[in-house]
Amino acid sequence: MTGDWSYWLREHRGTLLAFAAFIVMFTIYVANHPAGLNANVATTAANKGVLLAIVAMAQTLVVLTSGIDLSVGMVMVLANCLASSIVVGSPAMTALGVLGVLFVGGLAGAINGLIVIYGRLQPIVTTIATGAVYYGAALALRPVPGGDIDATLADALTGQLWGAVPASLALLLALVVIVWLPFRRSAIGRAAYAVGSSEVAAYMSGVPIRRAKFVAYTLSGLLASIAGLFLTCVTYSGEASAANGSTYTLYSIAAVVLGGVSLFGGSGSAIGAIFGALMFRTIGDLLFVFNVEPLWQPLFQGIVLVAAVSLGSVRLLRIRNRLDLYG
Amino acid sequence: MGDAPLPANSSGNTFGSVAGRVRRRIDPAIASAFGCIMVVLFVGSLYSTSFLSPEYLLQQLKVASFLGVIATGMMIVILLGQIDLSVPWVVAVGGMMATAATGWGPIGQALAIPVGVGCGVALGLVNGAGVAFLRLPSMVVTLAVNAVAQGLMVVHTGGFSPQDSSSPAMRFLATGHTLLGIPNALLVWTVVGIVAVFLLTRTTFGRTVYAIGNRERAAYLSGARTRLVVMAAFALAGGLSAFGGVLLAGYASKAAQAMGDPYLLPAIAAVVLGGTSILGGRGSYLGTVAGVILITLLQSILSVMQMEEFGRHVTYGVVILAMLLIYGRGRPHSE
Repeated sequence: MTGDWSYWLREHRGTLLAFAAFIVMFTIYVANHPAGLNANVATTAANKGVLLAIVAMAQTLVVLTSGIDLSVGMVMVLANCLASSIVVGSPAMTALGVLGVLFVGGLAGAINGLIVIYGRLQPIVTTIATGAVYYGAALALRPVPGGDIDATLADALTGQLWGAVPASLALLLALVVIVWLPFRRSAIGRAAYAVGSSEVAAYMSGVPIRRAKFVAYTLSGLLASIAGLFLTCVTYSGEASAANGSTYTLYSIAAVVLGGVSLFGGSGSAIGAIFGALMFRTIGDLLFVFNVEPLWQPLFQGIVLVAAVSLGSVRLLRIRNRLDLYG
Repeated sequence: MGDAPLPANSSGNTFGSVAGRVRRRIDPAIASAFGCIMVVLFVGSLYSTSFLSPEYLLQQLKVASFLGVIATGMMIVILLGQIDLSVPWVVAVGGMMATAATGWGPIGQALAIPVGVGCGVALGLVNGAGVAFLRLPSMVVTLAVNAVAQGLMVVHTGGFSPQDSSSPAMRFLATGHTLLGIPNALLVWTVVGIVAVFLLTRTTFGRTVYAIGNRERAAYLSGARTRLVVMAAFALAGGLSAFGGVLLAGYASKAAQAMGDPYLLPAIAAVVLGGTSILGGRGSYLGTVAGVILITLLQSILSVMQMEEFGRHVTYGVVILAMLLIYGRGRPHSE
């Protein structure tokens, strides 16, 4: 059994490291927070963290197939604008509205996937272009910020369960259980990992490459729209903000890397990316509790990011042959 | 101008007919990009004939120069098979440091442009070191350097747009006219372009850039100093982005917080529309010129036609996708 253990550890090294780093940071944060750990502090932190965590999950699915989705942020903004228009009214209308938002998100992801698969364009340029289209659609829905969302739904998602547990964490857990775990354990999920490791080898082995990519991109769009819905619940309004979209896209890549997911594809897990996202948010909060001048915060955040990604070069120490550098 | 070295076994290298040679010299991607420029101009001229006036076209070339300078650096990095996502804040660093230097007095005014470009080169070197020596994916390194550059500028400016204005030299380069009413910015882009073509096609550096983009391992085994070349390419890209920022600050006579944001995606799009492979190793500068002009014209004509802003974004995205689907597709597995 020791063999199994060491294999399991090696497979999940990135996820475990991200988890440990997050726990350490969050402990320091709570220990130094003037109010200590109470439900409100936890809920505020969770709401910010979960938003990025969902976008990071969306990014992970595409990155695993060795693609990249530069339109996740824009899909989120589009979902935000759509949700602020249609997730209102009677409970039935609200439910229909939620379904509509999720449908549009999945559709956006599916379009990305179809262009990458059948158009044979590189994911990076495809999603740059579709991102512009999705942002245009968001702007058409909401030329000026505004709108509203069903207050019951918003309070339920951003509030607390039983007065203690942040509801957003429950949402995140539900997404892991309903979306990520079934995907990871299915044949399609394995195919997505195979495509990311070596597309040629996967093709030669008869792995359903197209189906795997299509599912990965579609689920990614779906998750991004859930993030947009959640953003609407936090802000109670919709805004077609290009800055918001590109910030979340870039942060999602950072979170994915911090979470131990390889940008070359084929290794890592969405759970790692979730902890990467939570860690990234906690860095910002840490600077706040340690009374770092607000002006210096972006610089510290940048330096921490540089340090964190530089850890990726530790693997160089294990390389025996210089030629292995140039795989 | 700037073709990638042709494979030795391509047909007609003995007595190949002139027609065949001409056909080989013309990259279908570049031809399509120039064709699209014609189509855009034609559609524009149906709306208003002023789109074909020399004044309008010269004005567009002037505006395109800023994107052109930035896209030149992006192209060199893409030829390596890497990408530079630090463009937004390196552009801002270039503009802000140049205007800040102007505020130091007469010596600062003289040094404004070198200071701005030098800061960009320094950031580019950090990018290059991360990619060449730490072997990190360029997407991550340049993203992190972008965050650091943003942090540095927030500290430097106190979070506001800086009050210093640009130096006379910067304004001269960005807005002046010298020869026959040709904008100086266009002359600057021409010089940058000629130097880039020379570097890419006539020097060891350029050959090595293409070689690394095709297969880094082979380039290394052939004795190319791959790490130095990667460092130099990223430093060049950083310097050119910052120089773009210097010109933009001269154009607007001020630097601003988000001045570089609208240049990252158009720069990548321009390079790719010009037929440069995003995977590296293939592409020519003429294509990038076509891509830059095409994107600038597209943006300008859509806004002159007073299309709603959302329509502009949608059209912009759809046109890029459509063009790439026509000529930018990869090979299917069965080939």
